[in-house]
Amino acid sequence: MTAIRANSLRNGPDEQGRFGIYGGRFVAETLMPLILDLEKAYRAAQVDPAFQAQVKDLGEHYTGRPSPLYFAERLTAQLGGARVYFKREELNHTGSHKLNNCIGQILLAQRMGKTRIIAETGAGQHGVATATVCARFGLPCTIFMGATDVKRQWPNVLRMKMLGAEVRPVTSGAGTLKDAMNEALRDWVTNVETTYYLIGTAAGPHPYPEMVRNFQSVIGEEIKAQFFEAEGKLPDAVVACVGGGSNAIGTFHAFLDDPSVRLYGAEAGGHGIDVENGHAASMTGGRPGVLHGNRTYLLQDADGQILEGHSISAGLDYPGVGPEHSYLHDTKRVTYVPITDNEALEAFQLCTKLEGIIPALESAHGLAEVIKLAPTMKKDETIVLCLSGRGDKDVESVGRYLGLIE
Amino acid sequence: MTTRIPARFAKCVAEGRPALATYTMAGDPDPATGQAILDALPAAGADIIELGMPFSDPMADGPGVQAAGQRALAAGQNMKKTLAMVEAFRRKDDETPIVLMGYYNPIYIFGVDAFLAAAKAAGVDGLIVVDLPPEEDEELCIPALKAGLNFIRLATPTTDDARLPAVLNNTSGFVYYVSMTGITGATIKANAGVGAAVQRIKSHTDLPVVVGFGIKTADDAATFGRESDGVAVGTAICNAVLGSLDNGKATAGTVAAVTTMVAGLASGVKRAKAA
Ligand SMILES: Cc1ncc(COP(=O)(O)O)c(C=O)c1O
Repeated sequence: MTAIRANSLRNGPDEQGRFGIYGGRFVAETLMPLILDLEKAYRAAQVDPAFQAQVKDLGEHYTGRPSPLYFAERLTAQLGGARVYFKREELNHTGSHKLNNCIGQILLAQRMGKTRIIAETGAGQHGVATATVCARFGLPCTIFMGATDVKRQWPNVLRMKMLGAEVRPVTSGAGTLKDAMNEALRDWVTNVETTYYLIGTAAGPHPYPEMVRNFQSVIGEEIKAQFFEAEGKLPDAVVACVGGGSNAIGTFHAFLDDPSVRLYGAEAGGHGIDVENGHAASMTGGRPGVLHGNRTYLLQDADGQILEGHSISAGLDYPGVGPEHSYLHDTKRVTYVPITDNEALEAFQLCTKLEGIIPALESAHGLAEVIKLAPTMKKDETIVLCLSGRGDKDVESVGRYLGLIE
Repeated sequence: MTTRIPARFAKCVAEGRPALATYTMAGDPDPATGQAILDALPAAGADIIELGMPFSDPMADGPGVQAAGQRALAAGQNMKKTLAMVEAFRRKDDETPIVLMGYYNPIYIFGVDAFLAAAKAAGVDGLIVVDLPPEEDEELCIPALKAGLNFIRLATPTTDDARLPAVLNNTSGFVYYVSMTGITGATIKANAGVGAAVQRIKSHTDLPVVVGFGIKTADDAATFGRESDGVAVGTAICNAVLGSLDNGKATAGTVAAVTTMVAGLASGVKRAKAA
């Protein structure tokens, strides 16, 4: 692991929870004492070997870590450029990277003596991962999910219900992830004493962005070690999709201080960046503002009203992004690129046919960027993609797009 | 720096009663009706006017205020129009304090300095910005105080004695005590705790303490008014607007629905005089 340097990009956030001008704690007073408590509890856990051991043990025996690093031979041959590797987060228990974060936070909630868990979800992967750890640790949970997402990701709704979670469809706004997060915050304000809010991405008020990043950083650390084992060097490029940004920051963080490693985040370009309110690419198509507890790039109008955005992928359909990404965007350490719905659908099909891996639509956005990059790179260069989740939840909606279902 | 707020509390004290602070959403249900509602509030009995700045994502608000904001935005309300409403009001009334209430992003996007200058010039007296706790004072609170506006902070049941001084520091005009842990329009769970909480805050500050969230009727206004320096009512008024609409549009009865509701609440705070 790279040592932390004074001028390192890995030192954030500061004590106010800021990454440059981004981040912070923009919450109602009712919640402020709670997030201060949470920070205290998290700091104590961070230095407690027993907590770290628990996270590691569950990671190994429950999640199935480390996830494999896989050389995608047929895709590499097809693209005719850089050697392409997949970090197989989709093989984790529950089918995505989301469980890494949920295990850390459920252990923290337990340490804090909380008796009820709430969470927001878009694609339902975070909802499933939360419902899973709640079943495992015997805590009741309520999952807020936009009504639109309930429809397009119904297999995950069933999974959550079977795991014992209450799923509350949210009808306000466009009924997607932003609205689910608003409703979760309203519940939290109401039930502060008993309830732990298990945020599913590296966003929200400090300390969530830092905490979620740290729980997800295992992805990048494993990639670094596994890649060195396979190729004896660092990769030339690393790619991840960006919704709120948890799999991406978890993938990138280990590489931030390795300038030879180019980092790419794939945002949801929806119908295209030029289509007004037709995408969810907050960094490419938005500007800094304050929502959900942090300052970050947001899709918004001239009056500061937040736009709903659009993506074929429910997990990327969010008008904001975690604050650390905003900082990495401004400092240009990471290149954020929009990927359209159609590009993601094509990547989804290519991966399925060539590698026998059905990726989540979210991950297919990252894959689409790999498909663009690899042919421009030399044959002895390398790219690693974080394959953040599996596409079982998406087969029906993709089938509909492809006209395979009525 | 003085605003219209201290003078108004002094007047209520002289009358031996708590103040009535009314919350209405700027531009609800449309700009013209919203202006007519605002202009009618003082005569109906509002002592302090809280004017909501609509926001797409009001995380601390219940369905009543959420819907009011959506109606206003759908009818084209924006920050410029909200400030123009205050300016128009001030041509007729130079005494009733106006406090703008809402969320930070529309202010941040307007530009903090430009917003403060425009608000002061329009005749705004104070600000309540829900998602700016003391930890973020540099953002708006300190610049607002410098610009001669009051910055009114929310204190809540989760604000314990250790934290209270931090919350009261830089607060001016009055303190807004949120009667419960919850969103606007919810039901107060423990009436009994509110008076004690107000006393706890008053032991730390000389500022007036106004109780809000969950106060809906004249009886509520009387009950909680007896235990505080004022009561704030929002959801009940937003719902009165809603109840007057026909197919989402204002009717001849819309302004009257609000003034009738406010007059009832004003009778409640007058009854609280007994204390
Ligand atoms: C498989 C998968 N990848 C990515 C995401 C996007 O979230 P994040 O950007 O936090 O990784 C989701 C969210 O639901 C997901 O399910």
